[in-house]
Amino acid sequence: MSKFGRKGKKKNPEISTASLPDIIFMLLFFFMVVTVMREDDPKVKISKPNATETEKLEKKSLVDYINVGPPTDPRFGTEPMMQLDDSFAELSDINQWIVDNRERRDEAEKPAITTSLKVDKETRMGIVTDIKQELREANALKINYSVNKGSVTDN
Amino acid sequence: MARRGLQEINAGSMADIAFLLLIFFLVTTTMDQDIGILRQLPPPIPPDMEKPPEVKQRNVYEVLVNSNDQLLVEGRPMDIRELKAGAIEFYTNPSGSPDLPQLTRVTRATVQDNLNKLRQALSESPDSEELKDKIDTWEDKLIAIELIGDYSELPGSALISLQNDRGTSYEMYIKVQNELSAGINELRNTLSEEKFGVPYSGLSTSDDNDKPKIKAIRAVYPQRISEAEPKDLGGS
Repeated sequence: MSKFGRKGKKKNPEISTASLPDIIFMLLFFFMVVTVMREDDPKVKISKPNATETEKLEKKSLVDYINVGPPTDPRFGTEPMMQLDDSFAELSDINQWIVDNRERRDEAEKPAITTSLKVDKETRMGIVTDIKQELREANALKINYSVNKGSVTDN
Repeated sequence: MARRGLQEINAGSMADIAFLLLIFFLVTTTMDQDIGILRQLPPPIPPDMEKPPEVKQRNVYEVLVNSNDQLLVEGRPMDIRELKAGAIEFYTNPSGSPDLPQLTRVTRATVQDNLNKLRQALSESPDSEELKDKIDTWEDKLIAIELIGDYSELPGSALISLQNDRGTSYEMYIKVQNELSAGINELRNTLSEEKFGVPYSGLSTSDDNDKPKIKAIRAVYPQRISEAEPKDLGGS
């Protein structure tokens, strides 16, 4: 290396950043395709159980969600609570909530309204049974138990 | 103007725009797959209605879950992994056991016969809703026979009765519902593969050719999971 003098400093080749946006756009399209716009912030911690015999919910616009689980904010305690739309609610609020949801939809769609129960897997059945009784009284008979797809015997 | 060679477009700001959009989507969306087990709740019973007629013990598959998540099926403790096989046994009664329902053979002749009798009765009392419902049921059976041939079916009152305690964990409840559904779906898939070459899960409700096939398979293996009115079982 000493025999040949360095003919002036060689500039380090610049890293071309032209392809960087392409990579980012690819990631962006991936997220746009795979994800779903989140409806309401869950105020309760929900760890869904696994099941294999599942079906996809057809029309998302005709699905209403009830979340049940221990609150994310420890100030509310550790007992499971029920969340309707974006706030906590009592069992007695379910009837009015169902009626309101029914009002929002067209006549033809009313019988197809599904209520999806997203319940934490550690919850005891007492509160879930009460919620189902209230749904029966409100004539919201199509229900869906929200689960993750997976083997039931894994746990 | 002399050409300077290709000018490089500064791509730095494109990357910024793309990052912003990406962060927006990361924050506002979830990868939550919306799947679940669909069920239909029974309509509420008005308090003054009389009790429904007693169903024969052999036609009811009793599944009890207590607050310790233990299963008691037909009076015997059972592991959750055996429940699917138990449900299949209830539906098919391969050994002809007197503790399980007696299946009746449905043939084209009997269906035609019944339909003719019902239609005659309907012509005599054309407003009877009950007769119209019965005719609908038998017409479904006729469709089933045309697509599948003769089959054996459960008695009309046979059902799987599920009762859980208020202290049962939701996870166990879902497992039980899943295994019962799994048993029925396995029967449906096997029958569909045998007769149509496609498993039942492959039939589509939006395809008009598949709809009668779906109806036929449901007629042979109806999903009859009934949840008893809730009450406290304690640690039974």
